[in-house]
Amino acid sequence: MKKILYIFIINTLLSVKSYALIEIDITRGNLDPLPIAVSPLHVDIKSEEFENIKVRELGNKISQIIENNFKNTGLFNPLKKEAFVQKPDIAHLKPRFEDWRLIKAQALVTGKILVKNEKLKVEFRLWDLTAAQEMTALAFTTTPSNWRRVAHIISDKIYERLTGENGYFDTRIIYVAESGPKNQRVKKLAIMDQDGSNTKYLTLGNELVLTPRFNPTNQMVTYMSYFRNMPRVYLLDIETGTQEVVGNFPGMTFAPRFSPDGKKIIMSFAKEGNSDIYTMDLESRIVERITEHSSIDTSPSFSPDGKFIAFNSDRSGLQQIYVMRSDGTNVKRITFGKGIYGTPVWSPRGDLIAFTKMHKGRFFIGVMRTDGTGERLLTENYYQEAPSWSPNGRVLVFYRETKAGTKGEGFSAKLWSIDITGYNERRLSTKTDASDPSWSSLLSK
Amino acid sequence: MIKSLAYSITFHSIMILLTVLSLPFMLREPIELPPIVSVELIQISDKTNIPYAPKARKIIKENKKKEEERVVSEQAPPAAKAKEKPDRIPLPNEKKEEKKIVKKKQNPEEIKPEIRQSSEFEKKEIIDTNQIAALIDKAKEVEAVQEKESNKITQSSKKNSFATGLTLSEEDALRAQIFGCWSVPLGLPYDQNLLVRIKLQLKKDGTIMKSEILDHERMNRPGQKFYKVLAESALRAVRLCQPLKVPPTGYDKWKDLQLNFNPTEMLKG
Repeated sequence: MKKILYIFIINTLLSVKSYALIEIDITRGNLDPLPIAVSPLHVDIKSEEFENIKVRELGNKISQIIENNFKNTGLFNPLKKEAFVQKPDIAHLKPRFEDWRLIKAQALVTGKILVKNEKLKVEFRLWDLTAAQEMTALAFTTTPSNWRRVAHIISDKIYERLTGENGYFDTRIIYVAESGPKNQRVKKLAIMDQDGSNTKYLTLGNELVLTPRFNPTNQMVTYMSYFRNMPRVYLLDIETGTQEVVGNFPGMTFAPRFSPDGKKIIMSFAKEGNSDIYTMDLESRIVERITEHSSIDTSPSFSPDGKFIAFNSDRSGLQQIYVMRSDGTNVKRITFGKGIYGTPVWSPRGDLIAFTKMHKGRFFIGVMRTDGTGERLLTENYYQEAPSWSPNGRVLVFYRETKAGTKGEGFSAKLWSIDITGYNERRLSTKTDASDPSWSSLLSK
Repeated sequence: MIKSLAYSITFHSIMILLTVLSLPFMLREPIELPPIVSVELIQISDKTNIPYAPKARKIIKENKKKEEERVVSEQAPPAAKAKEKPDRIPLPNEKKEEKKIVKKKQNPEEIKPEIRQSSEFEKKEIIDTNQIAALIDKAKEVEAVQEKESNKITQSSKKNSFATGLTLSEEDALRAQIFGCWSVPLGLPYDQNLLVRIKLQLKKDGTIMKSEILDHERMNRPGQKFYKVLAESALRAVRLCQPLKVPPTGYDKWKDLQLNFNPTEMLKG
């Protein structure tokens, strides 16, 4: 009996000091890019040579592409390879986490390459160094000439794992390549990988080409070209190279764009001197009129769910952005700021609309919510326009022109990209001057 | 009969003694001076309450000599309390979101600031000097009403310093340290309610014995990719920060610690 009493007393005494759980709210962190180490991929010694690809260097090259992709996002900070302690062959099997932590890396990418029987097999692993565990691992098999795309796909997978968003590296950008003096520009349709490599020209440059736009569901492009001074809307299949005329439209035709399902194109053209918005079904070729207003309505862009259309109109006097249902009803003005607004483009994520704004002779690229609130101007310059979204709705690509002298000297047009946070503005390298970019969807889904 | 009466009396007196001892306000612990203020602490201070911390410390020293009650009445002017209210009531357009966040937290007292405040003042006599320092800080903070972000932080720190034994500067040191370690995944959407709560068990030197994500089953649910990314980044931050800057004393108070990671403010940018 006494024993029980003692136990009882001791227990109560011990439990006397109890405190409420301390809770601390962490609402801020640092915005520094995540330090990541991309180890060169280990090339298996059993690898065979393939055509003119230097297989021995492939591991290094792929890791460089991945690094470059990450650096361009502004979200990651790839660490210098000189600091790496572990060799790729061992690192791939079991990284010594302490060694990598020592150089302040938080994530590590390792991998292995094997070229055999004319097939390229690439394996990669992503390691969380602080938790000392594998985050993801995948293997791809393809033809060796596809190695560049494999590097982009790996980048996408890692990006997705670390940010929760889809990547945008395995994509292409179509644009108008410009050359020659300003009053006699040769404009060709060109396409390149998102990182600026693999440039190809799709037209010869005999005719003026304008506003190429990707189909959001596949690798089709619609663009405008002048044939005997008549604007024509074309469809181009990039995979096969086939091209067809969608139609001749009267007067001024502007900026055809695909609907989110890729089955229609939406554009504006002038009928009887009045510019309105029309859609055209690509299968039946039936043209449907969407707006009917005496003002000039241009630059239509569908929301990703296809239910709404954003467009430009000067019906209130100055050019502003309006949103309506896809059948043309319920038109609402959404911009009320100072200046002129144009080129609304709905984000593929659906939450924002990108636009160009002109105010006091300066051009701005900005984003706002779809009801017009939360306007954020991301960049200001002498002349810039035509924003186009990356497929994950995180980055905008647009073009910027410099001021020309009286004889057109000093003029240039270049592609630039900027993050929707307004950080990380950078120029995309193109071989010639470039304008009117359009970003494709992911090539591999 | 007498025997049982004796038992009864001894037990009852033990129980009374235990109750008296275990009541928190009866514990008069030696005043813990805040630890040396770190560099990170000063950086953060622009937006929180640290600029006033040195003053608070001075006052704590003075208070050792003075009677507690008097100091309280001096240092907590009612005007400060009145001013405090507007910043506790969210603006109409922010209301929605704040509510959501509050719901998820475990401390319901955050929702009813007025009720909690009145009780503070009732308890005047038993408030210890650390709490006075907190009060002084709070009064000063009123000036920074417009900055919502910092308000939120200070609110929670007030809550904690009253509920537990960590002083404001101790808590700020810890918070500032974790701010530095946490790389916020910037790709997360701003309009989703993302809050990751991590419960830690610490050793005396501030290293982590055990870490646990409180809603960790949510991590593997489909469509919760962003939550998973956030949870992983929070865990990384905590591990990177080891050893945590914990006070040298009072291990019992902070051996269990809960960190609520909420990136919403940052993502809205």
